[in-house]
Amino acid sequence: MNLRAETGTFLRTVWGRAYPRVIGMQREKSWMLFDVFLPLLQVAAYVYIYRAIGAPPEFTGFVVLGGAMTAYWMNILWNMASQLYWEKDMGNLELFIIAPTSRMAILLGMAVGGIFATTIRAMGVLVAGILVFRVPMAPTSVPALIGVFLLTLVALYGLGMLMASLFLLWGRQAWHIANLFQEPVFLVSGFYFPVRALGFLVALGASIVPITLGLDAMRQLLYPQMMEGFRFLSVGVELGMLAVLGAVFLFLAHRALRFFEALARREGRLTLRGQ
Amino acid sequence: MGTREFSIETQDLSRVFRVKRREARGQKREIVALDRASLAVERGELFGVLGPNGAGKTTLIKILATLLSPTTGTARVAGVDVVENPWEVRRHIGMVSGGESSGYGLLTVEENLWMFSQFYGISSGEAKKRIKELLEVVGLADRAKTKIYHLSTGMRQKMNFARGFLTEPEVLFLDEPTIGLDVQTARTLRSYIREWIDQHPDRTLLLTTHCMYEADDLCDRVAIIDQGRVLACDTPAALKRSLQGEAVFRLKVDGDRDLGPLFDGTGGVERFTHAARDGHTEIDLILADENALVPVLTAIQGTGARLLSLEKREPTLEDVFIRLVGRSLTQANGGGDEPPR
Repeated sequence: MNLRAETGTFLRTVWGRAYPRVIGMQREKSWMLFDVFLPLLQVAAYVYIYRAIGAPPEFTGFVVLGGAMTAYWMNILWNMASQLYWEKDMGNLELFIIAPTSRMAILLGMAVGGIFATTIRAMGVLVAGILVFRVPMAPTSVPALIGVFLLTLVALYGLGMLMASLFLLWGRQAWHIANLFQEPVFLVSGFYFPVRALGFLVALGASIVPITLGLDAMRQLLYPQMMEGFRFLSVGVELGMLAVLGAVFLFLAHRALRFFEALARREGRLTLRGQ
Repeated sequence: MGTREFSIETQDLSRVFRVKRREARGQKREIVALDRASLAVERGELFGVLGPNGAGKTTLIKILATLLSPTTGTARVAGVDVVENPWEVRRHIGMVSGGESSGYGLLTVEENLWMFSQFYGISSGEAKKRIKELLEVVGLADRAKTKIYHLSTGMRQKMNFARGFLTEPEVLFLDEPTIGLDVQTARTLRSYIREWIDQHPDRTLLLTTHCMYEADDLCDRVAIIDQGRVLACDTPAALKRSLQGEAVFRLKVDGDRDLGPLFDGTGGVERFTHAARDGHTEIDLILADENALVPVLTAIQGTGARLLSLEKREPTLEDVFIRLVGRSLTQANGGGDEPPR
């Protein structure tokens, strides 16, 4: 197959696999309740705690932004990392594997579809949060804010693709591992408070999850004065780290996918369902 | 790249699974799913692999489709080694497994098929044209816009059947494609399979089945497989001819009787099976020749059983299987596997 045909198949695969997620949003409206209203209740709890102790209004902004970003981390755990396990259970994995296309394209399709669907949910939480809690927003640079956000997504979904390849080998354990990573990451990544509050070393360790850096940088760009005393690293350093993480995760995902696919084929795990 | 004389070629192909033993923690036992299987399928052939459940048919297909590595032996598909170069093999193959539940419930039938076509780089326009044609073939045209979670199991299987042909693969693996389908639908799909291979002499189709009628009706050649081993491989006619020197009879006697010990001691009985059905016992006998029938009937009479019917039959693949394995396909499948009409 020549390069042009390969590229064409790659792009078609990305769009083909993204399609179910894009179209699924329009066909199952229950996400508005489960993915916007319910997370907003969680956000409300933190907002009222901050208000009760008389914290500045910017803290409401920290929480709403973090609440919106939880949608992405949930998407990474349940619809990226463990997705190949679901695909195996549904009978799709075998068809993905035997298709003459790049596995990375399939994962990228999952990621693109996931980003689209999750962004709508996250926007729902963000907009509702801003309106309900009258959150002040004064970004110093909108392009920088968008840049940080996009780079965070690249690194985050790179991590998701890497985790998906690891989960290719694991069966039912995937469920437990995804559970294990959910709440602790909400805590150590500072979804509801500036991560620096946990101490520099903890924040540094938590930076392996790109949302930690992304959230901190976005908060700095939205509330520069308030973040003076809470910032973890400078926005420039965090941007650089996000770029490195994105590149490393994508590279490792590519390598791990090949390695674990071969290993799973040897051990017969690609075809065993419900294990 | 290897020779391309055969579309599929296996040499001493084995697969051993190591599974945990419940009774002994930490220990594993070995299950031989495929045992030194050697096959050669020519381009343009519709090749059948006939065997009971658990015979190793699916394991064979999974290895050929690059989903499973063999423990030992070699396999080549379209001239390419499946272990050394699985990526290249995948450019040439397609696969449909009977009873599979692939696809996304929120998508319609045509959307699901379109999605899979994209993984093969087929343009949307071409894919939609082929999807329309194939849905007509499998009788799902009126369900094209139905979300697949509204489909019955049989309809979903038809959709997956269409998916297999959508990409027009050079080598297509059909793993029990008609399992669980109603008689009419199974017949329609069988006709299409035969028609497709006749219209595409450069393609190869490997079909596994535990239904001897399907293998006999469809396949150019059949390999009979049991407990991972290939026991025989030839055209259905040649396989049946191998029993021509012998006499094949079906008897029915009243009551539910265990006549096994009786036949074990009767001269001239090469193989037999017996099964209780609706208050009588049905016995299939392969005798060395017709003269062996008299002592058999005398022995039955001696038990007090009443002979209800006696029929001399032309040998079928079922008889070939009985001759090779010592039990019928139906028994090997756990019973209840009626041949389709």
